Amino acid sequence: MTVIDAASHTPAAQTSVNPTRRKTDGHTRVAATLMLLPAAVLMLTFLIIPIGLTFVLAFTNARLISPEPATFVGVDNFLRLFDNATFWKSLTNTVLFAVVVVPVQSAVALGLAVLINTRMRGINFFRTVYFLPVVTSMVVVSMLWMFMYQPDGLINSVLAKVGIQGPDWLGDPQWALLSIILLSIWQACGFHMIIWLSGLQTIPGELYEAAALDGASRWRQFTNVTWPGLRQTAVFILITITIAAFSLFTQVNIMTQGGPLDSTSTVVYMAVRTGFQQQQTGYASAISLVFFVIVLAVSLVQRYFTRDKEAKR
Amino acid sequence: MTVTARPIKTRQLEFGPGMPSKGVVPRVLGMLLRILLGLVFGLPLVFMIVSSFKPDLQIFADLGTPSAFLPVGELSFENYLGVFDRVPFATFLMNSVLISVATVVLGIIVNSMAAFALSRLHFRGQKLILGVILATLIVPFETMALPLLWWVNQLPWLDANGLSQGWLDTYQVQIVPFIANAFSIFLFYQYFDSIPKELDEAARVDGANWFRIYRSIVIPLAGPAIATVAILTFLPAWNQYLWPLMVVQSEELRPVMVGIDYFKQLNVSWGQIMAYASIITVPVLMLFIAFQKAFINSIASSGVKG
Amino acid sequence: MLNRIVKLAIVTAVTASLTLTFAGCTKGGSATNGPSEEGGISTLSMWTHNAGNTDELNAIEQVVSDYNASQTKYKVELQAFPQDSYNQSVVAAASAKKLPCILDIDGPNVPNWAWAGYLAPIEGMDDTLSKFLPTVLGKWSDKTYSYGYYDVALNLATRTTTLEKYDIRIPSMDKPWTKDEFTAALKKVKDSGDFQYPLDLQTGNTGEWWPYAYSPFLQSAGGDLINRSDFKSADSVLNGPEAVAWGEWFRSLVTEEYMPLKSGADPAKDFLNGKTAILYTGSWSAADAREKFGDDVLFVPPVDLGKGPKIGGGSWQWGISTQCGAAEGAQDYMKFAAADKYVASVSKATGTIPATDAGADMVPGYEAGGENDIFRQFSKKYALLRPETPGYPFIATEFTKIAQDILNGADPKTALDTAVKNIDANQESNNFFE
Repeated sequence: MTVIDAASHTPAAQTSVNPTRRKTDGHTRVAATLMLLPAAVLMLTFLIIPIGLTFVLAFTNARLISPEPATFVGVDNFLRLFDNATFWKSLTNTVLFAVVVVPVQSAVALGLAVLINTRMRGINFFRTVYFLPVVTSMVVVSMLWMFMYQPDGLINSVLAKVGIQGPDWLGDPQWALLSIILLSIWQACGFHMIIWLSGLQTIPGELYEAAALDGASRWRQFTNVTWPGLRQTAVFILITITIAAFSLFTQVNIMTQGGPLDSTSTVVYMAVRTGFQQQQTGYASAISLVFFVIVLAVSLVQRYFTRDKEAKR
Repeated sequence: MTVTARPIKTRQLEFGPGMPSKGVVPRVLGMLLRILLGLVFGLPLVFMIVSSFKPDLQIFADLGTPSAFLPVGELSFENYLGVFDRVPFATFLMNSVLISVATVVLGIIVNSMAAFALSRLHFRGQKLILGVILATLIVPFETMALPLLWWVNQLPWLDANGLSQGWLDTYQVQIVPFIANAFSIFLFYQYFDSIPKELDEAARVDGANWFRIYRSIVIPLAGPAIATVAILTFLPAWNQYLWPLMVVQSEELRPVMVGIDYFKQLNVSWGQIMAYASIITVPVLMLFIAFQKAFINSIASSGVKG
Repeated sequence: MLNRIVKLAIVTAVTASLTLTFAGCTKGGSATNGPSEEGGISTLSMWTHNAGNTDELNAIEQVVSDYNASQTKYKVELQAFPQDSYNQSVVAAASAKKLPCILDIDGPNVPNWAWAGYLAPIEGMDDTLSKFLPTVLGKWSDKTYSYGYYDVALNLATRTTTLEKYDIRIPSMDKPWTKDEFTAALKKVKDSGDFQYPLDLQTGNTGEWWPYAYSPFLQSAGGDLINRSDFKSADSVLNGPEAVAWGEWFRSLVTEEYMPLKSGADPAKDFLNGKTAILYTGSWSAADAREKFGDDVLFVPPVDLGKGPKIGGGSWQWGISTQCGAAEGAQDYMKFAAADKYVASVSKATGTIPATDAGADMVPGYEAGGENDIFRQFSKKYALLRPETPGYPFIATEFTKIAQDILNGADPKTALDTAVKNIDANQESNNFFE
């Protein structure tokens, strides 16, 4: 997470502005405490404590509904989990989803951003249209696409017009995860388009003019001017899409319930199913805990690589 | 991290200059591509809205033809009447508006204050706090919903009726847990960091305390960041679904998204589902379209970029 | 200037939202956990699963308003939830000890709830309840915890003309279709190419539908979800040769293209539109089918896979929670609401089978010899309860998953073995719910 690096700049920046106040004075400390207090209390209460509870519950046999009190069972839940084929399948699906969605969604969003980053009449219209799915709730989007994905639904009817026999999108293990990937990208890429756009806007126009004078092709302009100017944006997009991709849940819950043949089951979906439908709170917490560890590891790896690039620059 | 000190008045995006356009052929191709993509992104929603005016049989019959996207055939408000018959829509709408607005407003105050302290005040542990806040971004809400459910049921609440325990079946349980938000803090932090710190200095010399600097200097300059956070917290608040299912038992307190479940009956009326999906989506779409320029500009200029 | 306006707007919004929040808590607080007393009247809160199902909800509201009008001591307050997420909402409330006084529960979940201590036994209604169909009563370790107004009978809906056209024997209760006969019939219809699919088992449905609709086929084939002699293990009943045979048969319906892997958005409509020859459905869709096909429509018993046709018994039932502060009032309501006229009105509204004979006489079509009497007969003769063990909700999720997997091509033996392993582990980890 380069975002964490952000903090390291702050003291330095402040120091350069104001070398005299290196030590925190009393008033500042009080002000800082007061200002942080509401957010700190709320985050502690509604985020940190529940996460802490998850850690504890993961080592118990707690059940959602039971007359028996929960007892500690050590690492039993984890042993059971690692022995569970559905878990490995869910983990594979989650990783697969992220591996496809992160680059594809970023690329599509960048393509859209380039397309709308132009002075042209009516461009506002396209911006708005591309962004519409972002404003639509994932629950609504899932219901709508579920309907469109029916074997004889809208998408296959359209495909049939051009002579393609469409698959049973959500019913075929070969296609189900892909179907969910498509819909997820459709729903979210408008948001990242705007973020790419904000990055594009900060690239001075003169650079392009200079490049054009040098006779650079549009592709060369993109690789030599645009892309280097977007590196920071790229890091932000990489991280936000990765986090979102790993938490894939709503679409699966509404459209496929993890099926067919576990082909769309994800770690978060499995945790919710285990905790709610199967009432195994302890076991579900173990799944969540393993999930946290994996995502944290991925984030740290990403942070390492993005930081590495910074250093080289 | 944007190291360049940003001009205080953030540049209004002019959507250009970008790459200079070239010959006619690429321009036409570009336009065709834009239109094609416009269809891909827009048509499903057009289909939803158009279908909401058609009887079920016609929705199915139209699937294979362009009529699926056109308001043709037997159009009526029948589905909408059915919707109002089935759900107390006005109540749900009121609830969702209240919950979203409260979450957004309180979220802006709480998160901007925290971000202000983290970005402009200098104290020990600053970096650590920011790190912890950002690390929580990786926790999806669903994975901690069950512990949170148990936990909010233990919390006390003080109101006109006196002290009570347990937050279930209230408005606050749908609002308060979502006020503090790591992503909002991060966005504010980014933006505040780009506002020159000399301003604080000047104000400090004039005897202003930090709260005054926050209120009178930084916040008035933070328009785009506030707008961005408002949008990005409004959407999830409006779209809450799993949490209200768990914590709200009274129909009078349910938000709009839960209403979808009212239509999943044995004999599904797809027309009504489309109608309900439309009436809970279209207000947000309208809001977005009305403010779309300011909206997109604010995200684009709020420094969301790592 | 603008700044001041913005500030004013924020302050107004915060004040407004806080005020409303306050108002809301007070309002919300009284609506859930009962009882609260006002002027000597105790309020009994009551939850039902049929928000959005206007017909059934109206019928229940009528019962409640009659009860409230009948006496001065208690007042029942109804709270409706959408069925699709009802279990989630109620389980969440139960785990937070926020159950109402009276609530409806899907029949097979009753033992789980009773075991967990969330349901109180119904008292002093033995005589009344002896007149109810046995499948609408929720029992657990010799006590009755719930009763329902209706049961539902699944059946195969088809048309006389269709069967005659392809020279298929019209089955009867005495002589239902055998497995081979059924397969031959499906093949004939399929070969004709007149229908998109010969059969539709409504595989697009989710949740409890799977164990409800498809475990009876397993039982008809000689298998079961768990060994019912002691409810300790599913071994050899859920993964024995009979169960494997069921799995192979189930999968073959898809591989032979007799039915869609996943049904369309509206299977009932496909049947009415002549896309499907035979539809596996509940008595609730009889009315539409009669309207469309008149006397031509035919409701026949599900196929006999060896042990006779079986259908799932037990639908939504009413029970009393242990978290009720006015248990006497709740018991009183249960007695009041068990009247035959309510059995009649609710089952009429839902198009389901009235739970009592007297109730059936009041619902057109369900009187002896009436056009719907056949569903009642099916229910009496074929209905089998889902296993009455507190482990059932877990069993249901496991069965749903493997049934879906098998339909999608998983090896039946392997899938069933996995389910047995998980179910046995769950039963054991709960000390067999003793």
